[in-house]
Amino acid sequence: MTSPAAVRTGGGRGTRPRRRAPLLLGGLGALIVAAMALPLVYLVVRSFEGGWEEIAEVVLDGDTLAVLGRSALLAGVVTAASVAISVPLAWLTGRTDLPGRRVWAVLAALPLVIPSYVGGFVLVSVLGPRGMLQGWLEPFGVERLPEIYGFPGAALALTLFSYPYVFLTVRGALRGVDPAMEEAARSLGSGAWTTFARVTLPQLRPGIVAGALLVALYCLSDFGVVSLLQYDSFSNQIYIQYRSAFDRTPAAILALMLVTLTIAVLLVEGRTRGRARYHGNAASRPASTVALGRWRLPALLFCGGVVLFALVAPVGVLGFWLARGLAEGEPLRPLWNAAWSSVYASGLAAGVTALAALPVAILSVRFRGRVSGLVEKATYLGYALPGIVLALSLVFFGANYAPWAYQTLGLLVFAYAIHFLPQAVGTTRSALLQVRPSVEEAARGLGRGPARVAATVTAPLAGSGILAGAALVFLTTMKELPATLLLGPTGFETLATRIWSATSEAFFARAAAPALLLIGISAIPLYVLVIREGAK
Amino acid sequence: MISRGNLVSALALLAFIAVAAGCGQPPPEGNDGESGREGTSGEAAGGETTAQEKLEPGEGSLVVYSGRSEELVGPIFEQFEERSGVDVQVRYGETAELAATILEEGENSPADLFFAQDPGALGALDDEGRLAKLPEEILGRVPDHFRADDGDWVGTSGRSRVVAYNTDELEEGDLPSSVFGFTDPEWEGSIGWAPTNGSFQAFVTALRVLEGEDRAREWLEGVQANDPFVYPDNLSAVEGVASGEVEVALVNHYYLFQVKEERGQDLPAANYFFDGGDPGALVLAAGAGVLDTAENPEAGREFLDFALSDEAQQYFTDDTYEYPLIDGVEANEELPPLSDLQSPQVDLSNLDDLGGTLELLQETGVL
Repeated sequence: MTSPAAVRTGGGRGTRPRRRAPLLLGGLGALIVAAMALPLVYLVVRSFEGGWEEIAEVVLDGDTLAVLGRSALLAGVVTAASVAISVPLAWLTGRTDLPGRRVWAVLAALPLVIPSYVGGFVLVSVLGPRGMLQGWLEPFGVERLPEIYGFPGAALALTLFSYPYVFLTVRGALRGVDPAMEEAARSLGSGAWTTFARVTLPQLRPGIVAGALLVALYCLSDFGVVSLLQYDSFSNQIYIQYRSAFDRTPAAILALMLVTLTIAVLLVEGRTRGRARYHGNAASRPASTVALGRWRLPALLFCGGVVLFALVAPVGVLGFWLARGLAEGEPLRPLWNAAWSSVYASGLAAGVTALAALPVAILSVRFRGRVSGLVEKATYLGYALPGIVLALSLVFFGANYAPWAYQTLGLLVFAYAIHFLPQAVGTTRSALLQVRPSVEEAARGLGRGPARVAATVTAPLAGSGILAGAALVFLTTMKELPATLLLGPTGFETLATRIWSATSEAFFARAAAPALLLIGISAIPLYVLVIREGAK
Repeated sequence: MISRGNLVSALALLAFIAVAAGCGQPPPEGNDGESGREGTSGEAAGGETTAQEKLEPGEGSLVVYSGRSEELVGPIFEQFEERSGVDVQVRYGETAELAATILEEGENSPADLFFAQDPGALGALDDEGRLAKLPEEILGRVPDHFRADDGDWVGTSGRSRVVAYNTDELEEGDLPSSVFGFTDPEWEGSIGWAPTNGSFQAFVTALRVLEGEDRAREWLEGVQANDPFVYPDNLSAVEGVASGEVEVALVNHYYLFQVKEERGQDLPAANYFFDGGDPGALVLAAGAGVLDTAENPEAGREFLDFALSDEAQQYFTDDTYEYPLIDGVEANEELPPLSDLQSPQVDLSNLDDLGGTLELLQETGVL
């Protein structure tokens, strides 16, 4: 797919001469890369403890490669499915006269706040061979439902709870598309579909790719879904090593292989991203609305179906468990402390991560080159590592080299930041791509220094992307578990740890209350984000 | 598009962070975690300063890494705090992950005591020399096979491996007299297990010790051939039995009671105990040990002293349906007494070859 020339000329020049990044920006970039390198250093140290022999033994094991292939397959299928769901959803809720489109937009984004370990659990209880659905169908003679364990279930669950990454980034990109180009295409005789495919879609590409990358790497790192649905993926193998063998060397070797797979995904992404720039006219206006006409009903059914499976079903089941537990006399316990800790730590993580993402995104968009590209890519390494690997690497560094910071909130927030940085980098980058450099150049021309330009011109212009990034990090941090358990201050309790604590020893009802509260709280920033964007 | 809205929101976000950071500390912390239920009221009454003071690991405080969940052992820590005046700070997590954490922390580990779900994790720490020897007066309170040979850890409560079965589908008489009976093809599609679970793996290790490698492999392959349902944990397996997803599940005895507490006492599920010293009737222990690097080993031993007191053992009996390990405390009335259980004769500290078990599980395709 090539982008039309019209898009590129929107920015003025096709390619611009390379500039050296200001020292401050470069320094910040270097600092961030150094932080990202910590887990890798740890993994290399641990991997080589057993010498080359053990490495060869683990890497060359026939099973290992098969498992690696299974992980890649899962990530590929889930990513493709997420894009296929999200692009129409974003377009329908952003550009058409779909009834209640803002409400649909919020509902479609909400599954993001459901932790995968909760979503997967619910999916198994509903769709299991003798699950709830089978119970409802029993009067019709259905004794057993088809097996959902393994690939189909894992792919379904991961798609349902991670497609919103693509939905949100595409929706953001859609906002930034200059309607003038679409109108020009329409006035030159293109139909609605052709215009979408040839003018709008190419401009959405950075958004799609940014979201797809988040989904793909999330699939590689996720443990909750694959363990519940029994899909033998790479992250599952890593957890088995940690959980059962107490041997950290094979786990580290496997994690390094996962890093290699991540680099491969990043290379693919680099090729997909393309070289075009996408800045539209800075003085853009709201796009005109496409009338759905007879497509309205199918569109509603599509949105309704997605929301039913990804949101209504899991929340409904949690509500049912809560009610069942309460009916059995299970007391409701106060959760406000845990809720506040969740919000507090996630808010800090969101702020710190959004700030850290800014220099990376500016470097990668405004100072394109091999080095700035590497800086941006490096931020994704922490994201694809399973939480337990990242957490143990920081346990190692924290306890041995920074005991003053060990088990403090500061180190925990640091862990969140290196884990989730790409979520903020991706959205910030997409937003920056749509800001015309000429505006910044004008500010420079009027005598402002680069740092001030970044703070007073670039940041506000890309504000919606930066905020979207912060919101994503907030939501993901709310759900985070392994790092919170191992790195938080002793006794630090969040909603996620409360859910874990309840599910690890039974008590669906006790898990349901914090899970519902987690979903409810996370929905607020998501709601504000989606509504605020829609109001523009 | 450059809207003021963006700027305002961005500023609001920054302001939030600034305020949050300015307030300094995350309020709940210490107070909240170590004593779950009391957290809220204590916080409201004492305010933040108290919470902060409690956080400092100072004199007389005990730092515990607990692989046993707060739902089960939180009350024990609370009672101990009340009795002893020792401030207890607990980090809850998965047993194996906490063991890995202690190993990563090395000499700088803040932990004084490791409270583990199963002997495997304790054995792993012990092998690395990370546990300190316990005094005889603590060790002597539990039977020999519920403590480490070298006296570095001690069992605190017992759990028996059982077969949970669906009482609508089966009667006790339908069940085999040995766990080897489940390799019979008649059980195809009706067995549930949780191979990632520590107790399951301890059982397989016991099988290897008691029956030899070949028989253990034979058993695993035989059950595997019956296409068992793999559950992520024991609890889901018992749920599976109750819902009829499977007819039997190989689990620990107490999950049944937990599921019944939540789902109602009339669930169609019951426990079946093998007899005659069958490996399927292995009795395991949750246990604890004091770290070699503990800053406050005395408080750790004091806690173990309390955990093996009548009061704490009675709690395990009444509230978690586990077996008490000391003389003079009777098992829960819903359970056959510990003395009636015909557990195979195997020493729990001989169950430390988890690596070999893991290898076997992977070779047979179970994991």
